[in-house]
Amino acid sequence: MVRRHIISLLMENEAGALSRVAGLFSARAYNIESLTVAPTEDATLSRMTIVTVGSEEVIEQITKQLNKLVDVIKVMDLTEGSHIERELMLVKVKAVGVGREEMKRTADIFRGRIIDVTDATYTIELTGTGSKLDAFLEAIDPIFIIETVRTGASGIGRGERSLKA
Amino acid sequence: MTGTGQNDYSHRSTNELIFCQFMEVTGAEIVVRCLAEEGVEFVFGYPGGAVLNIYDAIFKQDKFKHVLVRHEQAAVHAADAYARATGRVGVALVTSGPGVTNAVTGIATAYMDSIPIVVVSGQVPTAAIGLDAFQEVDAVGITRPCVKHNFLVKDIKDLAETFKKAFHIAASGRPGPVLVDVPKDVTAHLAEFVYPTTVEMRSYNPVVKGHSGQLKRAVQMLLEAKRPMVYAGGGVVLGDAATQLTELTRLLGFPCTNTLMGLGGYPATDRQSLGMLGMHGTYEANMAMQHCDVLIAVGARFDDRVIGNPAHFAREQRRIIHIDVDPSSISKRVKVDVPIVGDVKSVLDDLLVLLKQSREKSDAAALNAWWTQIELWRSKDCLKYNRSGSIIKPQYVVEKLWEVTKGDAYVTSDVGQHQMWAAQYYKFDKPRRWINSGGLGTMGVGLPYAMGVQLAFPDAQVACITGESSIQMCIQELSTCKQYRIPVKVITLNNRYMGMVRQWQEFFYGSRYAESYMESLPDFVKLAEAYGHVGMRIDKPEDVEAALKEAFSPALKERLVFMDFQTDQTENVFPMVEGGKGLSEMILAEEL
Repeated sequence: MVRRHIISLLMENEAGALSRVAGLFSARAYNIESLTVAPTEDATLSRMTIVTVGSEEVIEQITKQLNKLVDVIKVMDLTEGSHIERELMLVKVKAVGVGREEMKRTADIFRGRIIDVTDATYTIELTGTGSKLDAFLEAIDPIFIIETVRTGASGIGRGERSLKA
Repeated sequence: MTGTGQNDYSHRSTNELIFCQFMEVTGAEIVVRCLAEEGVEFVFGYPGGAVLNIYDAIFKQDKFKHVLVRHEQAAVHAADAYARATGRVGVALVTSGPGVTNAVTGIATAYMDSIPIVVVSGQVPTAAIGLDAFQEVDAVGITRPCVKHNFLVKDIKDLAETFKKAFHIAASGRPGPVLVDVPKDVTAHLAEFVYPTTVEMRSYNPVVKGHSGQLKRAVQMLLEAKRPMVYAGGGVVLGDAATQLTELTRLLGFPCTNTLMGLGGYPATDRQSLGMLGMHGTYEANMAMQHCDVLIAVGARFDDRVIGNPAHFAREQRRIIHIDVDPSSISKRVKVDVPIVGDVKSVLDDLLVLLKQSREKSDAAALNAWWTQIELWRSKDCLKYNRSGSIIKPQYVVEKLWEVTKGDAYVTSDVGQHQMWAAQYYKFDKPRRWINSGGLGTMGVGLPYAMGVQLAFPDAQVACITGESSIQMCIQELSTCKQYRIPVKVITLNNRYMGMVRQWQEFFYGSRYAESYMESLPDFVKLAEAYGHVGMRIDKPEDVEAALKEAFSPALKERLVFMDFQTDQTENVFPMVEGGKGLSEMILAEEL
């Protein structure tokens, strides 16, 4: 069965680390829905969250192939256990006339924050799971959307579950 | 794996000790000293602008020998063959830009067959990187998909440690090529040289010991088997586990088949050997593979040329034990029941102990019945060919080569029909004797492979079985052989066709031989002579044996002999499993 998986990994924060992972996915024809990467509290480590889609066999190969990369320290499929997923989105929308108040209300309902305002636009900041962000975009009329920027998902295990070097 | 890896200064004088420990040296000198510390015997290379400092340092040292090839591809192939034959890490040195791009084919060849090599490449000075400098190429980027790991060393302080890591990574776990890219300014900078004695990498710790629970399950499964089969791949050869595999197979009384990469991992002349399996495997090996009920795969990866169509393979019920050092090789193409991740030698040692301790014995009656079935398959004599006639059969040349060299030669090959005939008809009883490009299938490897092997073993008989097409892809190396007096014997099975392409065109493209005919061939005898070697042309079957005997005679021991055998143009390789077909759906010679 093809499912969405969130794979977290820790790797050495070396030049070219990202391209090793990206190259692996393209060379072996695996999907990447999103990929985020940044250093951790330990600057020698990079934490990466990859959202991918595949059958159990494909996901097993993805985790094995990622583990095989010499710079990769640990790999965890977050979706195998309980976890938290968050993504940040910035949306610039048209905000004029009656639509201006309606846009603010919709943003409030989704616990979005308006972080930039002009006479004709709002820029809304929204955080949540990927599906919540999708829901917001569906809730507003697409003709109002000027620009959308999404970070891709970051994920972390719930409770004691953690990924440490 | 290679060299001492220790900073053992005990044999040096006090003055030397002070020199070693406190004097700053150039990066180029550090490169050379790292190679010496690793016990490197040969560096195969080709100079150029970015590596001139390194070459200058090589000029001043006598710890290892540099072998000047005629094309960087051959440098990597020779280093690769040196590694395959000796089990030690091979080393190649190339310049930036075209030096690296020429090396890529060699690196990818080594990668596909998991061969431990370290390739040192020059790079433009750090300040010029990214500015499209003369002979600049993103070496780390261009090689990334075909190396186990690679490094760009931007700071001289990291140089020695990087080399230590490079050799460690290349040789440990599932071996593979590692590239170290060194900018020219780094080779000119100064630093103290301290070679690390150990390597600590939190991100890289290959598993050695097999899981004890899985080992027990494997033993149980092996003893329960009614129709068992041992399927041994290149991992047995690379992991130096041929002795263990042979002991296990004999202890259990099981049949054993070897992959193209695994030939020699189990003695081919032994009764329990069913020969090679796969696309051009023997009838008995493929049938037994398809119909066994317990399969133990050792250092093999169920690739497309071995099991054919995986769906067809899965039609028969069988339980599979899979031993491999690389977890990603397990359950990649075929689901297995007992995965054992670990070093093949260590796992087989543990299995042997458990089997010898076990009070249960294998089912002798079932095993007898299974062998009766196998002997029936074997009686098809699937490798027979027409020995009469006035045209030389390529199989006959390989058989005679085996006889003349008493089965004890190192045999390299190129890629194509001749490669398959070499694999089928030269019976390898020892590991590391059969040197070929299995995974990537690189035409042109044969001659540089033979060079690497002959340099490693100067007194050994080294034969390069090739075709008139493959040999021309690296024929410039006849010049290298002249320079270093490398006395390999080149056995060209010359059928005036790219034989394997021709075979597929005959079978699958209505005999439309598009561009597979090698026209305008050189006179190979004269060509060999032009390079200062001995050339022979053999046209008749009755001359084959005498010519081979002469080539391997003491009189020509010091000479490269280029033998141009004019062979049957229409001979095909059998048995054959068509692409997409199942293992038991072979085409045999007699069926045509």
